[in-house]
Formats: sequence, structure tokens, C-alpha cells
Amino acid sequence: MISIFYFYPMIQALILSFQSGSGTNLSFVGLSNYKRVFTDPTFIAAFTNTFIYLIIQVPIMILLGLFLSVLLNDPKLKFRSFFRIAIFLPCVTSLVAYSVIFKDLFATNGIINKFLLQFSLVPEAINWLADPFWAKVTIIIAITWRWTGYNMIFYLSGLQNIDHSIYEAAKIDGASSFQQFFKITIPMLKPIILFTSITSTIGTLQIFDEVMNITKGGPGNSTTSISQYIYNLSFKYTPDFGYAATVSYFVVIAIVIFAALQFKLAGDKK
Amino acid sequence: MKKIKRIFTYLFLTFAAIISIFPFFWMIVSATNKSIDVSKGKLIPGSHLVENFKNLIETVDIVPALTNSAIISVSTTILSLIIASLAGYGFEIYQSKRKDIVFNILLISMMIPFAALMVPLYRMFGSISTVAPFIGMDTLVAVMLPTLTTAFLIFFFRQNTKMFSKELIEAGRIDGLSELGIFFRIYMPTMKTTYAAAAIITFMNSWNNYLWPLVVLQSPEKQTIPLLISNLGSSYSPDYGVIMLTIVIATLPTALIFFLMQKHFVAGMMGSVK
Repeated sequence: MISIFYFYPMIQALILSFQSGSGTNLSFVGLSNYKRVFTDPTFIAAFTNTFIYLIIQVPIMILLGLFLSVLLNDPKLKFRSFFRIAIFLPCVTSLVAYSVIFKDLFATNGIINKFLLQFSLVPEAINWLADPFWAKVTIIIAITWRWTGYNMIFYLSGLQNIDHSIYEAAKIDGASSFQQFFKITIPMLKPIILFTSITSTIGTLQIFDEVMNITKGGPGNSTTSISQYIYNLSFKYTPDFGYAATVSYFVVIAIVIFAALQFKLAGDKK
Repeated sequence: MKKIKRIFTYLFLTFAAIISIFPFFWMIVSATNKSIDVSKGKLIPGSHLVENFKNLIETVDIVPALTNSAIISVSTTILSLIIASLAGYGFEIYQSKRKDIVFNILLISMMIPFAALMVPLYRMFGSISTVAPFIGMDTLVAVMLPTLTTAFLIFFFRQNTKMFSKELIEAGRIDGLSELGIFFRIYMPTMKTTYAAAAIITFMNSWNNYLWPLVVLQSPEKQTIPLLISNLGSSYSPDYGVIMLTIVIATLPTALIFFLMQKHFVAGMMGSVK
């Protein structure tokens, strides 16, 4: 099954990536699709956007998830399960449903702006969805909202496997909470952090639902993602399956590079 | 100093909880308000729920969409649980030299983004359509097929099988059970928690799947819940109250399943990272 629905299509895509033409009229064009990629402004925009989401959102989410899980791991904390469920709750929403909600929340006359104006946090309403910069920020906030709790659950379960006596010993030696966090918690959770950062990287490089439903890729192409571009190339513009397949190979390459990089950074030799 | 830290902890967690819950609160409140009040950002429940519900039934094809989503998600969950647990069990219990190679290849498939598969799959189902229209384009089967086997789920079952006691298998063999008998009568009942967690994950993914159904389904009567919501959200004269009510209804199944099986879910997730 895996080979029918994953590997066979992958090989098909490789063959397709050397072809061009609209719909089913495909002809062999050699490497010209690959040359086209480097001078295609929409591809460059989509690639840059996806990359920005990745390098900003993934670290924020992982640190936030870690921080929350450390706070929630304290057995003396009251309302622990309430907080845990509340923060995990965003994971039950569908990507499309929450995207539609975020689109309304971040509208120019939406609740977020009303709130910010009410407390004079901003001088005037922010044009969240129509400004290239703020539109990206909105997407990043949205993904962070949806996925932080999900990653937090992995850290929480990892933390529960760490022996409490290590912290006791560190306290006796006079280590501050910060030192404990960076010298004990993070190294002990390393395999789980690696796991979540790789899955989040793969997820972010594939981002589609949010961009499609919050901003439609706009304004201009300032929020388009690679997946959305592939979708547009295949089904929205005049279908060019060959070029779409070429672009999709860039996602594969990007994922492989990032995963290898993370393995290297983590120094995990397993 | 310690007290300040305590206060900070609670403040921070409360803040995080409010941010996490707020969109839910807003969507539920909005489902009871008039469209105009929703766009004004009214935060108190209104009396418009029944009205919104009537409009919803009249203007939105929610019943067929719910039915389609339910058919797809329930069958996907049942079938992929059987396939993945058999595979995960096999990988862990049976010894074979090439096992690890095959498993590593499987894990690589986890890294292949769906966007890269979309076009070839689309063409594949396009050509299937000409020979077997009932599993080709624009059918619910076509939505399900590519999602039935995922390396993640096999990996998940393999990890959890590590905790399954091998003596039970030996005992089963001595008692004369067939290999499949051992699987269905011993393995399955003892691994209930794992199955529950896997079921939640699979059901949620399937219920919320958007990109592939968007590609493969064309006729309006076949659309699933995410497609419906997406269309409502981008319509020109949206009735926000109705949209919010639709989203509430669409979120209910996954939210309910999560709350009912919350304990299993966390326990099952923990098994997978050990």
C-alpha cells in the first residue's frame, strides 16, 4: 500500500518533472522545468514565505511548548489538568475551521483589532490580512495557536520520565530554575525535541490549509506557500503537471536537508 | 521570590489558557448571534441560535457533507487501524533479516510531503476512473485509499508493541491458537489503549483532511465538511452566525471523541515516545 500510494507516485512525479505542457498534452522538455524554477518570481516568493514561517514559527512553538510543559509538570500546581486540557484544546479543531475563525478574528474590524484599540495597544487598527508583513504574522500566530499544545503533550510525557531526584540534587547544588531548565530539562528531552522539531518542520514546509483559508496567499503573493503554489499550478491556473511536479521536488529536497540538519545539530548518532 | 514565581506561573498559564480557549468561546457565542452582531464582535450569547439553525438547514448542505465525512472517517479509521496494527505487530514480533531495511524505507515515506504526491495521485485516479469508475475520481473511496496506510501509524503500533509481553504469544501458540487467532484474541484486547489513541489520531486526521478531498472531489453533493466550511468562509455575502454554527457542528465529533477518550489519548501518546 505504501509503495502504491507513496513511492510509485514519487517516481511518477520525477518523470513528470522533466515534462511540460497543459493538462494531458505532456512532452519531454529535459531540464527546462528545473531552470524555470530559479527565475520564477512566484516560486521564489512561495519558497521565501514558507522558509520564513519555518524559521520563525518552529523555534517559537518548541520553546513555548517546553516552557508550558515545565510549568505544568509541577505536581504542586493547582488546576493542572484544567490548564493542560485548555492548552491542548486547539488540536481538536480542523485546520480549515480554525482558519476561517482566525480570518474573522483578524479582520480589520475584527475582535483582535477592537481589543488592541480598546486598551490603546496600537494607535490605529492593524490591517492584518491586507498588509504583507502582518498577513505573515497572522499565519504564524495561527499555526502557533493550533500546534503548541500538541507538541507540549510530547514534552509533558517526556518530563514524566525524568527522575525527580536529579532536580533535587541540582537544587542542593544551588542551580537556579533557569540553569535547571537549560542544563537538565533540555538535554534530557533532546530526543523528543528532535522528534517534534522534525515533525513540525515537515508540517510547516507543507502548510496549505491555513494559507488557503486565511489569506488565499495574498496580498499579492506575500503569504503563498509552496504547497499552495503547487495546487495552483495543477488545478487553478492552466494545469501544468510537469512544472508542478518539479516544484514539488523542491519541497522534498528542502525536507531532506532540514531533517538532516536537525539530526546533525542534535548530534544524535543513532 | 518564590511567591512571585508562583504568581507569574499562574498568570502565564491563565493567559495561555484564555488564548487557547478564546476562539472556541467566540465561535460558540457567535453561533447564537445574528450575522451583523458577529461582525460587530459581540461577545455575549444571543437568542439567534434557533434562527441560525433554520437558516443552516435551508441554505447549507450540511447533512450530506456530514454523512460523507462520517462514512470516510469511520471506514478509514477502522481499516487503517487493522492494517497498521497488523504491520506494526509483524515488524516487532517476527524476526527477519530485511525487516529493518523495509522499516526504514517505510519511515522515509513519512518525509514525503503530500504536495509532491498530489499530482501523480490525481493522474492515477484519473486513469483508474476509465476502468473502475466506482473507485476513480470524485468518489469517496478515492478520498480514503491514499490515507489508509500511513508510516506514522505503523511506527506508532510498533513502538507500543514493544511493551506487549511475548510470553502471551508463546502461551497462545501452546494452546493451539493460529497466528491470526493470537493477534485478534490476545493482542487486540490487551492493546486497547494503543488502539484508542490511534483511533483518535486517525479519525481526527481523516475528518479534517482538506487538500486531497479538494483535489479529488468535484461534485457538490460529494463534498466533505472541511470543503463545505471553506466554501462558506469565502462566499461573498456570508452569514457569520450560520458559518459559526456550521463550524461548531463540524468540530463537535472530534471534540467529543477527544474528551471521552482523553485519558487513553495521553497514555497512548506517551507509549509512542518511550
